[in-house]
Amino acid sequence: MSSVMKTATPGTADPLMIDGVEYQSRLLVGTGKYKDMEQTRLAIEASGAEIITVAIRRTNIGQNADEPSLLDVLPPDRYTYLPNTAGCYNEADAVRTCRLARELLDGHNLVKLEVLGDEKTLFPDITQTLSAAETLIEDGFKVMVYTNDDPIIAKRLEDLGCVAVMPLAAPIGSGLGIRNPYNIRTIVENANVPILVDAGVGCASDSAIAMELGCDGVLMNTAIAGAQDPVLMASAMKKAIEAGRESFLAGRIPRKRFASASSPIDGTFF
Amino acid sequence: MELVINGNCEQLPDGINAVQLIEHLGLVNERLAMEVNEEIVPHSRFASHHFTAGDRIEIVRAIGGGQA
Repeated sequence: MSSVMKTATPGTADPLMIDGVEYQSRLLVGTGKYKDMEQTRLAIEASGAEIITVAIRRTNIGQNADEPSLLDVLPPDRYTYLPNTAGCYNEADAVRTCRLARELLDGHNLVKLEVLGDEKTLFPDITQTLSAAETLIEDGFKVMVYTNDDPIIAKRLEDLGCVAVMPLAAPIGSGLGIRNPYNIRTIVENANVPILVDAGVGCASDSAIAMELGCDGVLMNTAIAGAQDPVLMASAMKKAIEAGRESFLAGRIPRKRFASASSPIDGTFF
Repeated sequence: MELVINGNCEQLPDGINAVQLIEHLGLVNERLAMEVNEEIVPHSRFASHHFTAGDRIEIVRAIGGGQA
């Protein structure tokens, strides 16, 4: 996993592996907050994402006329749907949401678990998250879990059997970027499952930093959907994730306080 | 009989089953999942699942969403 430095030749396969399934894209995107379905589709396409998160909500009864559904615009045979327990503040609601999602998606059991603590920060409720993860794993779900940037909890979630652990970089939708790179780095170094930054990135450079820290991927929604030009930002994020990944694999130079010349001294004629 | 569907009280014929309810609501071609009194009713059991008065039914779908 990320803690093991490996080399890759540019252009060669370097897939993200989640629960034994290979994905070519390390960018996972949410499908909320877009202007309309067409913008959703264009942005998701530009992002190159293969895994997309969705929310589970009540069907609109008596007013669904001909409005296109998400499943029409982003067909589940082309994208891996990642149902999310968005809006859940306790274990019971999160587990119920996942079970409905599994039925909705014909037995598909990969889910994103998030159990929120409060509305102001949207930080995770860790005790509820831990118990929900345990219940879901017991029930056969493959759980990708949103958590805070605490290395101890990240490891515990891995030990419970989560297939990916997804620490926040900053509060959901805040765009503040990677607020605690040292913790993210520690989480990555300790991990034997993929570590994805989930929430908090604001722009392409934030994503590149996450990848340079050794993260296996980044999950985002607002940074793309809330940009002035979401489709262009989706494209920027795709490139930043790829650039950050290659930069991580390439191995950066050590930081030095003083200069180090790039040209040889031998052969100078002055 | 009265059923509570997605939080709203609705009058429906006695003994109606889940297939008939989906038809009644105009949701035949919709991708959805159903819960009755917080228990999932699988699609395979829609025809044999008959409601009783006062059942609380949730019918859900996938919509755009990301975090929180």
